[in-house]
Amino acid sequence: MNNHDFDNLRDDHALIQHGVKPGSQVLDLGCGDGSLLKYLQQHKNVRGYGLEINPDNITACIRNGVNVIEQDLDKGLNNFEDGSIDTVIMTQALQAVERPDLLLDEMLRIGKEAIVTFPNFGYWRTRFYLLLKGRMPMSETLPYNWYDTPNIHMCTFRDFEILCREKNIRILNKTVVDDNHKHHWTIRLWPAMLGEIAVYHITRR
Amino acid sequence: MPEQIPNDSVGLVTPQIHHFDQPLTLRSGRVLPSYDLVYETYGELNADKSNAVLICHALSGDHHAAGYHSMDDNKPGWWDSAIGPGKAIDTNRFFVVALNNLGGCSGSSGPISINPDSGKPWGPEFPIVAVRDWVTSQARLADVLGIQQWAAVVGGSLGGMQVLRWSIQYPERLRHAVVIASAPKLSAQNIAFNEVARQAIAKDPEFHDGNYLEHNTLPKTGLMQARMLGHLTYLSDDAMKQKFGRELKEGKLNYSFAPEFQVESYLHYQGEKFSTRFDANTYMLMTKALDYFDPAADYDNDLVQCLSHARCEFLVLSFTTDWRFSPERSQEIVDALIHADKNVSYACIESDNGHDAFLLPIPRYLDIFSAYMQRVAADIPTGGGA
Repeated sequence: MNNHDFDNLRDDHALIQHGVKPGSQVLDLGCGDGSLLKYLQQHKNVRGYGLEINPDNITACIRNGVNVIEQDLDKGLNNFEDGSIDTVIMTQALQAVERPDLLLDEMLRIGKEAIVTFPNFGYWRTRFYLLLKGRMPMSETLPYNWYDTPNIHMCTFRDFEILCREKNIRILNKTVVDDNHKHHWTIRLWPAMLGEIAVYHITRR
Repeated sequence: MPEQIPNDSVGLVTPQIHHFDQPLTLRSGRVLPSYDLVYETYGELNADKSNAVLICHALSGDHHAAGYHSMDDNKPGWWDSAIGPGKAIDTNRFFVVALNNLGGCSGSSGPISINPDSGKPWGPEFPIVAVRDWVTSQARLADVLGIQQWAAVVGGSLGGMQVLRWSIQYPERLRHAVVIASAPKLSAQNIAFNEVARQAIAKDPEFHDGNYLEHNTLPKTGLMQARMLGHLTYLSDDAMKQKFGRELKEGKLNYSFAPEFQVESYLHYQGEKFSTRFDANTYMLMTKALDYFDPAADYDNDLVQCLSHARCEFLVLSFTTDWRFSPERSQEIVDALIHADKNVSYACIESDNGHDAFLLPIPRYLDIFSAYMQRVAADIPTGGGA
């Protein structure tokens, strides 16, 4: 991992941890190598579990000292009780699941609150890529070809907010950043166009 | 026979026996006035006696979990793939204790040992022991060794049931529990398999209601049939297809009832081998302990309430093609632990080897097992030792 990625990771975690209460119970869907959970354990004293299906990531979670459960998000979360978790987190995975809308329902059934991050398909470079090249956009954030991408349900910030409205999901907070997880005054000017990644803090209460 | 002991082996080991004079009241209400436990240890106990790991064996296992008894041994102990220097259960860091459970036939008190009251082998009179009785006796062995708290208690299959039992029976006496290819209780199908195996033994004319030793004979046929049935339920359909397919021993059909397919002679061989090394009464008794195991029964059949008494952290592992102790059964344990708000990690390991997988050196399995055991090692309290 180079320094850029390392900073990137830390920034991502720092952005998310704002929405997590100290000592609370968290569930991290698609938790990767468990570094976010480890960060939250160290900085916010949280308890919780990560769900993951990648074998290498699962072993990495165990090395990182976090609880990890091998579980496919597309097969449901029936094993978690209503309201049993304070905050359900999903970073950069919403666009890769079979039914993002149903998973959002599940997150807010299990969790009192949820934090979701995903890449913005309405980012200006993406829009211009399609407009000018006539091909499915690829970038550092979206490095895949159309046929092999795990990102099967890309959406824009606006799409997501409309879905939240339809589902009576309340957006408590929204942070929009560039792909280095940095704020910039220009992003605030026109987030739907200039923001690359959004962190949404949501609830149904 | 190992021409040379491999570097990652615990080497030559010598079993030890401890005699217990304190009577043991069993779940059944019967009392064992005194008993022996045979055990082996690998690695060194630290000054704090805080680096001990207990290995719980499954149906046909014993105290010989790793290393060799002599240079003439064909094979090392039954879990040599996981126990040794640098292995998942690293004997450079842990002091490992493996014992033969009560009712066994490898040196601990059981049906083939002498009943002090009669001066004759116990035979079928040896009391039926339950998983909790094993755990109680294991705790007494820990007392003898001066081990107040295990760094981890580890076991697969019936061994995993003992681990679960440890976590609720002596919650303060273990820091980690590793439960592999196990279940919170047997299903009706599983009990049925055990009953067919027991009937095969009981109906062998040489069984004599369990008193075969008095008759100077052994119910070899029954035990062989029991093992053949057991063995095939430990394999997966895929594993058998790959290993044998429909291959014929002599390359042609002989139109006879003698074994013709390779799979038949394999099962015969496995059954035959087992029938001379294992005791039939022990087999009956161990399968009963499996059937009876149901810790949630004491808690209104609520596994969450049952496991809420645990204080240790858990690693639960299962294998994709294990249909005798399927991943769903492990998932039940995991879900209950999550509901009980316990620290637990779970992985379902891809393998073609069915239930047997837990004994095999499968890379992903050993990776995750090692990673967890490193965590267990990191949790060993340091300092304060004499």
